[in-house]
Amino acid sequence: MAKDALAVQGSYEVLGKELLRHIHSLMVGARVLEERLIKMSKSGDGFFWIGGPGEEAFNVPLGLQIKKGNGLEFDYLHLHYRSSAILLAMGAKPIDSIRQMRSVATDPYSKGRNFVNHAAMPEWNVVPMSPTIETQYSTVIGTGIAQARTKTDAISIVNGGDGGTAEGDFHSCLVWSNRPALPLPILIIVVNNGYAISTAESTQHGERQISDWGRVFNMASKTINGNDPVESYLAIKEAMAYCRKERKPYLLEAKTSRLNGHSSSSGANRVLEPDCISLFEEELKKRGLMTPDEISRTWDEALKSIDRDHQQVKSEPFPKPETIWEDVFAEGLPESYPTKGGS
Amino acid sequence: MANMAQAIRLALHYGEENLGVKEIFGEDVGAPLGGVFTATQGLKNAWNSPLDERGIVGAAMGLAWAGSRPVAEIQFVDYIFNVIDLLKLCGNAHWTSAGRYKTPMVIMTPTGSGIHGSVYHSHSFDSIASKIHGMKVVCPSTPLDAYGLMLSSIKDDNPVLFLKPKALLRTKGEELIPGEPADEKELKAAIDAPIGDRSQWKPNWPKVQEYAVPIGKAKISKPGKDATVVTHGRMAPIALEVAKEMLAAQEGDVEVIDMRSLIPYDWNAIRDSIRKTGRVLFLNEDTEISNFGEHLFRRTIDELFYELKTRPRLLCGKATPGISLSPQLEYFTVPQKSDVLRALKEVLSDA
Repeated sequence: MAKDALAVQGSYEVLGKELLRHIHSLMVGARVLEERLIKMSKSGDGFFWIGGPGEEAFNVPLGLQIKKGNGLEFDYLHLHYRSSAILLAMGAKPIDSIRQMRSVATDPYSKGRNFVNHAAMPEWNVVPMSPTIETQYSTVIGTGIAQARTKTDAISIVNGGDGGTAEGDFHSCLVWSNRPALPLPILIIVVNNGYAISTAESTQHGERQISDWGRVFNMASKTINGNDPVESYLAIKEAMAYCRKERKPYLLEAKTSRLNGHSSSSGANRVLEPDCISLFEEELKKRGLMTPDEISRTWDEALKSIDRDHQQVKSEPFPKPETIWEDVFAEGLPESYPTKGGS
Repeated sequence: MANMAQAIRLALHYGEENLGVKEIFGEDVGAPLGGVFTATQGLKNAWNSPLDERGIVGAAMGLAWAGSRPVAEIQFVDYIFNVIDLLKLCGNAHWTSAGRYKTPMVIMTPTGSGIHGSVYHSHSFDSIASKIHGMKVVCPSTPLDAYGLMLSSIKDDNPVLFLKPKALLRTKGEELIPGEPADEKELKAAIDAPIGDRSQWKPNWPKVQEYAVPIGKAKISKPGKDATVVTHGRMAPIALEVAKEMLAAQEGDVEVIDMRSLIPYDWNAIRDSIRKTGRVLFLNEDTEISNFGEHLFRRTIDELFYELKTRPRLLCGKATPGISLSPQLEYFTVPQKSDVLRALKEVLSDA
């Protein structure tokens, strides 16, 4: 532990001031966005909210290290509804999340059809995100196979929570990615926030830690403090390097806080758990990497930017009812398809 | 003549050679077995997956999103129930992603009764499949249609559930697949794996050709003027046989519509036939209560009420929890030839 702690201490220097400040700025941007989305859900400016406040310290470093693009030469991302900070770190626009929250016609991810934080971005290999728990651990097998068959350093990355690991899909992912016949280059991430919806970890799991599943398969694995962006950055870097080079899976468990509960179903109110951004800011100030004023300005600017985006979205139209018939089939609706909704 | 299993194999071979199919997989799909019904024997891209239906469908989805056109198999449709949520994701991915992601994949699976398969090898999934909107559903009744529908399914940009009627997989067709040798012994020697050690065996594929059966297009297996029977899959050859026998016995001239595609279905063909005959029997082996035929029945009432000469009929499976092993019980549960004859006579005899 002491050695690890020392390594993390030293790693602030390894990452450098510019990157650390960039990470901070993205973490703040992600938090401000999620808090705005929560407000929207509470004020009738949207319906259900689900998102990832508390995961920024892990998700931003992940997003920054994605090999971003379209096709087999780039990383595939099988994400879930707490992944907004990953996408923002990749360069996604906060306004698009606000659009999806308000279910407006301009929602680029789903045309007003899906919950907030359910993106689909083929330009960056972000496959359609679904509210179904853990199904992304089944679909990642497919892009993993496609990349195992391709000469590339690109990998498939799956992200989900600890509660979902009780689903068979998690086991499917472990089994398929570790077959001697065809090992798969998949970075299997479990963000462990200690809860499955409203239920505590102790009612869900008997594993000593989730990364211990790695031992069963003789698979590279690690559990880290996902509340620390520096530790996260380096662990992700190491895990990605392994998958890219060895073309094998890596199981990475990141322990994080969950700051606003599961979703708006539990009120989405802030809870008393360690806040990764506050902790990071203390470190940045202590090390002279940011001043309190600079930190304060970062928050102000993020807030102003979100305000502008939100105002813009409020002026955008809601979808026309008949757009439900768009995209049912790739080539459009057959002429005789029943569309009356009964007699 | 090729049987349906051979026809599907030939189609998959054509797909490997011409349509970019690089992944054909599922439990027992690769060597040495080549599928429990032999539909994947000898295919160069067929491989054995873990015995895990969720992984099989999930893998196919990921492959489709990565630009492949995979064909995956669920060994029996009776084992597809634990992947219904994944099938829903297949069906809705294009819609929920605002049209950004296509999911071009084929899931093929044997469906229905007729092989003394008891409770878990006799299920029909057809009606449930028709509720997974955004996914196409096809079900051939002849080897040539199976060949043409498989090529269309592979080429389609939507997920397609390819239902293989179990009881028909060994039946031979009356039409040659383009490029198929006329001598069925020659075909068998060329593409059927030998019994015993297969480790050195390689198929000698005939040069089969392109042949399309468009998805969404029904076939009139037999024209007729007195009544219409709308059917698919295993019931289609039974309906055809009954219709031919009735014609020969001067008991009525029944038009047989083999739907071939359940989603989307060819309403125009059904509508035109019912307009012509004014009498219709919907026939399938899935169970009563939310049966797919009940939807067609309702649409017929809604749109063709004043053109009907008598009330439509539905003949389908009885709504029991399963199909029994005892033949007496199975035959009582699932429509048999005598039931089809009785139902058609009834439709024809109504004033």
